[in-house]
Amino acid sequence: MTEMNMVDAINSALDNEMANDKSIVLLGEDIGEDGGVFRVTDGLAKKYGNNRVMDSPLAEAGIMGVSIGMAVMGLKPILEIQFDGFSITTLDQVYNHASRIRNRSRGLYHCPITLRCPIGGGIRALEHHSESPETFFAHIPGIKVVIPSGPYEAKGLLISSIRDPDPVIFYEPKRIYRAIKEDVPETAYTIPLGKAKVVREGNSMTLITYGSWLRESLEAVDELKADVEVIDLRTISPLDTETIINSVKKTGRVVIVHEAPKNLGVAAEIIARINESAFYSLEAPIERVTGYDTIMPLASYEKLYLLNKEKIGKAITKVLSIKE
Amino acid sequence: MKVINGCEVTYLQVLDETGKIVNKKDMPKLSKEELKKLYYLMLLSRTFDGESISLQRQGRIYTYASLYGQEAAQVGSAFAMGKDDIAFPSFREHAVALTRGAKPEGIFLYHKGDERGAVSKEVNVFSPSIPVGSQIPHAAGAGMAFAYQKKKAAAVGYFGDGSTSKGDFHEAMNFAGVFGAHTVFLCQNNQFAISLPIAEQTEAQTIAQKAIAYGMKGIRVDGNDILAVYKATKDALEDAYKGNPTLIECLTYRLGDHTTSDDASKYRKPEEAKKHEKFEPISRFKKYLMKTKILTETEDKKIQEQIKKEIEEGVKNFEAMKPYPPEDIINYLFEKLPDELLPELEEIKLSAGEAK
Repeated sequence: MTEMNMVDAINSALDNEMANDKSIVLLGEDIGEDGGVFRVTDGLAKKYGNNRVMDSPLAEAGIMGVSIGMAVMGLKPILEIQFDGFSITTLDQVYNHASRIRNRSRGLYHCPITLRCPIGGGIRALEHHSESPETFFAHIPGIKVVIPSGPYEAKGLLISSIRDPDPVIFYEPKRIYRAIKEDVPETAYTIPLGKAKVVREGNSMTLITYGSWLRESLEAVDELKADVEVIDLRTISPLDTETIINSVKKTGRVVIVHEAPKNLGVAAEIIARINESAFYSLEAPIERVTGYDTIMPLASYEKLYLLNKEKIGKAITKVLSIKE
Repeated sequence: MKVINGCEVTYLQVLDETGKIVNKKDMPKLSKEELKKLYYLMLLSRTFDGESISLQRQGRIYTYASLYGQEAAQVGSAFAMGKDDIAFPSFREHAVALTRGAKPEGIFLYHKGDERGAVSKEVNVFSPSIPVGSQIPHAAGAGMAFAYQKKKAAAVGYFGDGSTSKGDFHEAMNFAGVFGAHTVFLCQNNQFAISLPIAEQTEAQTIAQKAIAYGMKGIRVDGNDILAVYKATKDALEDAYKGNPTLIECLTYRLGDHTTSDDASKYRKPEEAKKHEKFEPISRFKKYLMKTKILTETEDKKIQEQIKKEIEEGVKNFEAMKPYPPEDIINYLFEKLPDELLPELEEIKLSAGEAK
């Protein structure tokens, strides 16, 4: 065990996997000598060579497109797209090809690609550098979308994503890249995709979240000294409905927290599933704490858009106070 | 001021439209048997094409994109490829698949809306790509994989003139150049992207010259001259194995409609297409084979009969195929279907049962 932040943990996952599997190649802008704009791939080019850690020309759609060609010829490309806003450029190739090649070829070809990309606001960056576009990808059949909540989670989930024989979009909440330190094993370990984690057990309410807001959610629960069950989704597609439903059946009350805009966000889908499978267990309307349905403001008003433990706490109090 | 890059674009033709060898120096080394095979493959492709259109008109297959007029570009290039090379086609490259050894029934099947006909992995032909030009990066990436694996293999990316307006084309060419991909970019400039003529697609004089911008060789060939296409592709493949990609522009002409859903007379005078018929690839090659006595009338008849039988057999085999199990519309989504989707799998089975 070593104390690692999320950048270290992801770097360690890449290092572990590359050491064991020569078919893994890294492709992205400035990921070689520079180690990526967030330094996630630091040292890997030196260790594994420039033919395995490839500094790519500046073209996100191209990065995704050529990766498909590499993947169907037996490589396992791990891509880095520099910022969330630019990951949208890869959508055409993800939606029209990466997600479909196994199906289209009746399993003769498949695309073991992991697309890594920072996500979300909170670092006072330029426009397009603070977005939360996970829903766009989660809506695509054939694509898995993973968003870790901290260093330990990030390493285990990334190794599972790399070993997965199908395409995975792996969004890394940039706000907590260096904000959380945890004990993380230096050797490889996996955390299964598609399984949520009950981070804290509780009986009077279920709080469902993923990514960077797990931390503030737990703080809000602590401050209120509320008996809340907290679920970290880990994977937003496929969604672990079973864990959600089991919890809701127990607690009857739900708050869902995510930074992405409310309209058609992950919370909307969760509410639909609760409606289908646990409607009669509900004791109060479900509350959402999400980003607003507006453009992510530039840095001067970033804080106003972003969530915080007060907003989350308010929703918890509201849902708990509703009488049956 | 001085010129720092005096770009030259070369043009290759071996056999002119009258069936005369006009360029002995670039005549590829092919045996008489191979030359006859090329003729057979072009004729097979044209017969297949006619049969497909006819099947579509009868409602026995659905939308089909004709390759009529492009037989030389497709057969010539595919014939040059080695066993380990792989083709990344668009949706019109049926002659590439046939030349590589794919069976007609598979291609018919695909056009009946059955995924099982999409890929001919056993002959290294990747699935058709419908969004125009989106397969070009795959060919670049496959070529990058071969370079990384140090394999003597190359990817041939097929696309049309319309694709060259897309970013996919430019990004793929750029990546291939930068990474020394084992890739041949094979453009069939059939002069139309549905209704848009090439003159309105690009202001550039040739497509071949676009290679220069990416630091690779570009060549225009007479795309209706199978000997030129074969020669250019063979040379480009040899270069590709060494990490030098090439862009080949096969200048040809789409004699048919864009697809069976299109009516070209709406935007192109039938007389104009008619004018191009005299440049079409099969008759000139036949003239050459006859003149040189490589092919006789009797042999030609025999070949035509054989093709007719092959296509009939293909239709029979295709129509005898049972549909795949309905649950397979979801079974190939992932290697292992997530538990989360098992209820949908059951729903699909149930719904298919009720529909029967």
